[in-house]
Amino acid sequence: MRKVLKSTAAVLAMTVAGAASADKANDTLNVAFTKELENVDSYFNSSREGVVLQRAIWDGLIYRDPDTNEYEGNLATEWNWIDDVTLELKLREDVTFHNGEKFNADDVVYTVNYVADEANGAKTQRNVNWMKSAEKVDDYTVRIILKEPFPAAIEFLSGPVSMYPDEYYAKVGPTGMGLEPVGTGPYKVTEVVPGQHFVLEKYEGYHDSPKGQPSIGKIDIRTVPDVNTQLAEMFNGALDLIWQVPADQAEKMAQLDQFNVVNESTMRIGYLTLDAAGRTGEDNPFTKQKVRQAVAHAIDSQTLVDALLKGKSKVVKSACFPSQFGCEQEVTTYDYDPEKAKALLAEAGYPDGFTTEFYAYRDRDYAEAIANFLNAVGIETEFNMLQYSALRELRASEGTPVSFQTWGSYSINDTSAITSQFFKFGDLDDARDPEVRDALAIADSSTDPEVRKENYSKALKMIADNAYWVPMFSYNTNYVFNNDVSYTPTPDEVLRFTTMTWN
Amino acid sequence: MLQFILKRLGLALLVALTVSFISFILLFLSGDPASALAGESATDQDVAAIRELYGFDRPMLVQYASWLFDALRGDFGESYYFRLPVASLLAERLQVTMLLGLCGISFALLTAVPLGVVAAIRPNSMIDRFALFLSVAGQALPSFWFGLILIVAFSIKLQWLPASGTATWKHFIMPTIVLGYYAMPAIMRLTRGGMLEVLSSDYIRTARAKGASEGRVMFKHALRNAIIPVVSLAAVQMGFMLGGSIVVESIFALHGAGYLAWESIARNDLPTVQALILVFSMFYIVFTFLADVLNAWLDPRMRAG
Repeated sequence: MRKVLKSTAAVLAMTVAGAASADKANDTLNVAFTKELENVDSYFNSSREGVVLQRAIWDGLIYRDPDTNEYEGNLATEWNWIDDVTLELKLREDVTFHNGEKFNADDVVYTVNYVADEANGAKTQRNVNWMKSAEKVDDYTVRIILKEPFPAAIEFLSGPVSMYPDEYYAKVGPTGMGLEPVGTGPYKVTEVVPGQHFVLEKYEGYHDSPKGQPSIGKIDIRTVPDVNTQLAEMFNGALDLIWQVPADQAEKMAQLDQFNVVNESTMRIGYLTLDAAGRTGEDNPFTKQKVRQAVAHAIDSQTLVDALLKGKSKVVKSACFPSQFGCEQEVTTYDYDPEKAKALLAEAGYPDGFTTEFYAYRDRDYAEAIANFLNAVGIETEFNMLQYSALRELRASEGTPVSFQTWGSYSINDTSAITSQFFKFGDLDDARDPEVRDALAIADSSTDPEVRKENYSKALKMIADNAYWVPMFSYNTNYVFNNDVSYTPTPDEVLRFTTMTWN
Repeated sequence: MLQFILKRLGLALLVALTVSFISFILLFLSGDPASALAGESATDQDVAAIRELYGFDRPMLVQYASWLFDALRGDFGESYYFRLPVASLLAERLQVTMLLGLCGISFALLTAVPLGVVAAIRPNSMIDRFALFLSVAGQALPSFWFGLILIVAFSIKLQWLPASGTATWKHFIMPTIVLGYYAMPAIMRLTRGGMLEVLSSDYIRTARAKGASEGRVMFKHALRNAIIPVVSLAAVQMGFMLGGSIVVESIFALHGAGYLAWESIARNDLPTVQALILVFSMFYIVFTFLADVLNAWLDPRMRAG
C-alpha cells in the first residue's frame, strides 16, 4: 500500500512539474521528426531525417569535422591516391558492428560494390555513382576504384557513404536493413516502426571515433507531422527536442524560460533562375542580359533576410553556399536599386516593363515578397504555386521564364554539389552556356585543388556577370530543446545525438 | 430482393473501378511521379534512375493495366516510398483508422441519439436549445482548430491527456471526440426530427391510448421507427470517418490510413495510393450498400429503384 501511495505521489509530482524531468531520469531523449522517413537504410532514403539516423547508426571511412571542415580518419586511419581513380585506405582493426560482426576490408568491398551497382537501385545515385568498385588488398586495406577522376570523393566518403556489415546485408538487403539496421555507429537501433517510431540506444562498444562517445543512453524518435502538436508536446514534456521550427513559433518559444532556442544556418540557398536560354520562347525578355540584371537589382535580399528568414540567414551573392569548396565570393554583385532596374529594363526595350509567369513550390511568403519586388520595377508577375514534382516536370520539359528555387546541396561541402548540378546542360539548366559548362567540367574532374578553384571561380563569375541566377539568401533552421538538454547545432542541419548531453 | 442486391453490387463494383482509374490518371496529372518520389534534393540522374526502375516511361494505360492485373490477383505490390509490401503497410495503418472510426462513430451515436431524443420530447426547452447550440458549433468548428483547442486544454494546461501518438487508450480520447463531434450534429438533428414526426403520428396516440407506459412508448414504439434513417446516415458517416480522418490523424500524429493516403499523394507513391483508394471506396460502397439494403428491407417501394 505504501508503495502504491508513493508511486501515486510520484506520478502526481511528475504531472505537476511537467514530465520533462522524468525523461532525464530515464536517460531517454524524446525527439520528433516532422516527415515520415521512407527507409532507415541510408542508401534508400533521400530525407534529412535519414541523414540524421545515418550519422548515428553508421560510420563513414572518413570524417569531416563540422566546425573546422578538416577531414580525419574514422573507419579508415589513412588514405592516399594511388592514381586519379584509385584511392587506397587503411582500416581500423578494433571495430565491431552492433551485431557482433568484425569490421574489415570485406565489409567495405561488399558495401561499395553493392551500392555502386545501379541495378541495386540505391535511391540517391549521386552519392554512389562516382564509384566503380572496391578491391580488397588485405584484411585491413582496400582500394576504391572510381569511374573517372572525382575530387569530391573524400567529401562523399565522409558524408553519405557509410559502411555496412557484409554478411548481414547480403542476407537481409535494403528492406531488412531498414527494419533492423546494423552499423558500427555510436547508437544501435532497438526498434523501428517504419515512418513512425525509431528507438536508438547507446552502443557501449563504440570505437574511439572522431564523432566522440555518445552520452545520452536512449533516443526515442517519433514522427509528429503537425508543428503545433510538436510544440504542445514540448510544453507537456513528452518531447525534449524538436528542430526545423518555423521562425515565428521559435521566437515565441525563445521568450519562455524552460526552452532553449538555437538558430543555425543550413546549406540551403534560395535563388531565382531565369530563362536565359529562351526555352519558353525565343522572344522571352529574360534572354536579354539587361533584363536579368534588372531583376537582380530589383530584389532587396537584405530585407528578405531581416523580415522573413531571420536568424542566421545571410545574403548570398554567388551561385553556391559560401562554405563550399570552390564557392567564389569575388563575383559581380547587384545592389538593391529599383531605379537602376527600371533604367536597365528601358535600355533592354521594356520602358513600361512586361508581364511574366512566376513559379514557386515552397515558402509562399518569400515567393510573394520576391514577386512584389519585381512588380515594383514594372515586371508584372502571374504568380503560380505548384507542387514540387509538378514544377520540376515543367522546368525539365519546357522551362519556366522565372522561378523561385532552393537547393540544399545534400550537405556536401563542395561546389560540385550545386553549381555543377544546374549548369551542365541538364534538364534544369536554364542558361545552357557552353563556357560555363566547360569550366565546371574541368573543375569537377581535376584532382588539383588549385585548378578546381580556378575553374569554379571562372564559372561562377560568368554566372554572376550574366545574372543567369539571382542568388538571394541562405536558409536557417531553429532547434528547440528544454533546459535538461545541452546541444550545439552544426551549420549542416544534421542532428548529432552523439554530442548531446544532459545538463 | 436478390435481383436488387445483385444490381446494386454490380453498380458498386463499377464505381470502385472508375474511382481507381480516375485517381490513377489524376495522380499522373499532378506531377512527375519520378520527381516526387526522388525528393527535393534529387539530381537529374536520381530522377532518371527512378523513372526507369519503376517504368514511369511506359504509357499510362499500360501502367494502369499492369497495376489492375496484379491487384485483381491480390498483389498490391510494394510501396515505392517505403519499399515495403503495400498490403502489410495497409494492414498496420488501417488498424489505427478503424479503431478511431469505431470510437468516433460510437461517441457520436452515444451522445447524439440521447440528446436528439430528449430534445424531441421537450422541443424548445433549455435542453433542446443546448443541443441546437452543440450541433451548430460542431458543424462550424474546423476539426484542426477544435483538435488544437483540446490539446491546449487537456495536454498543456491540465496535462491529463497525451497530445500525440497511439501508445495507450488515453491517446485515443481526444481524436475520438474531435472525429465524433463532426458527425454528431447531423445524427442528432435527424434523431430529433424523426422523433418529433413519429411522436405526432397516429400509432403513438394508439399506444398511449391503450395505456402503454411513457418509457415503452418512447423506446419500443417511437425510437425504433425514428432511428431507421439515423442508422443509414451513421453508416455513411462511418465510411467518411474511415477515409476522411486525415486532419485528425495528422494533428494527433496517429499514423493511420487517412494520413498515409494524404502523404502518399504528395509523394506520388502510386501503389499505396491506388490500394488505399480501392479500400476507401470499398468502405463507402459497403456502407452505402448496407444502408440501401437496409432501407429496401424496411421500405419495399425502394426495391424498384
